[in-house]
Amino acid sequence: MHILVNGVAREVHATTMAQALDVLDYQQAIVATALNGVFVPTHRRDTTVLKEDDALEILAPMQGG
Amino acid sequence: MNLYGIELESRLLLGSARYPSPALLADAVRASGTDVVTVSLRREGGGQRSGQGFWSLIGELGVRVLPNTAGCHSVKEAVTTAQMARDIFQTAWIKLEVIGDADTLQPDVFGLVEAAAQLCADGFEVFPYTTEDLVVADRLLQAGCRVLMPWGAPIGSGRGLNNVFGLRALRAHFPDVPLIVDAGIGRPSHAVEAMELGFDAVLLNTAVALAGDPVAMAAAFARAIEAGRAGFEAQPMESRDLAAPSTPVPGRAWLP
Repeated sequence: MHILVNGVAREVHATTMAQALDVLDYQQAIVATALNGVFVPTHRRDTTVLKEDDALEILAPMQGG
Repeated sequence: MNLYGIELESRLLLGSARYPSPALLADAVRASGTDVVTVSLRREGGGQRSGQGFWSLIGELGVRVLPNTAGCHSVKEAVTTAQMARDIFQTAWIKLEVIGDADTLQPDVFGLVEAAAQLCADGFEVFPYTTEDLVVADRLLQAGCRVLMPWGAPIGSGRGLNNVFGLRALRAHFPDVPLIVDAGIGRPSHAVEAMELGFDAVLLNTAVALAGDPVAMAAAFARAIEAGRAGFEAQPMESRDLAAPSTPVPGRAWLP
């Protein structure tokens, strides 16, 4: 399936957001997610179904002021 | 100092960005004695996992984190970022930034109030990065904020307190609300000035991170903030325009 991951076009073989994170090598990573600009909490990733051209945002902890 | 029911020993809140190295960040945090470090959320690029290392480092420091919504220019962006921050950092605290001007990073106070209302209603404990405007402050309190963070000067400018009159008025209008000067602090003397005005705390980042010796500067700010607070609590004398001799005039020798 063709989706955007952090603004970059990717071919991802996944049905759900949780599967996509696995495929993208975020299994152990502490990240926050949004789909098409809408926040998706950790506990809903398993049931959040992806579709063609979705925009997946994956954010990690970072330095901030 | 009590912020949203949490007792904090230090009145210095420290940012975690722009340090020369993670090791210097860690040493500066320790030297500052701070209880609260601000953090952010960003994309990780190129298969790197630097965010995971950063998060481990913060965990080892044993400090409370205050996530921010830095870089957000709309209410929707800020609210979504806050929701993502709560999910990842497991805290209801959020330093709410809704930026209105790209050059000065001045808060969009209209969007700020709107975002604050949404987030407070959703259970967040909001630390709004605002101006010293009294009316905006009042609206933020009505929205549910129980802490206010007026700017001293534009973020990263190091100019100190641009509008002492406005900040003093804010302190006088809201004597019972925790007020934290956030942004624009460049030197320990600026922090002293803020604390002597009666502000409860200072939040700074660049002044420490970009100092020649960030660890020494962190320690200097810690002492400055303690000194400024002690000075405020000791009730400084009123200043005056004309001199007043400190040595008693009566009893002076007559030496023609």
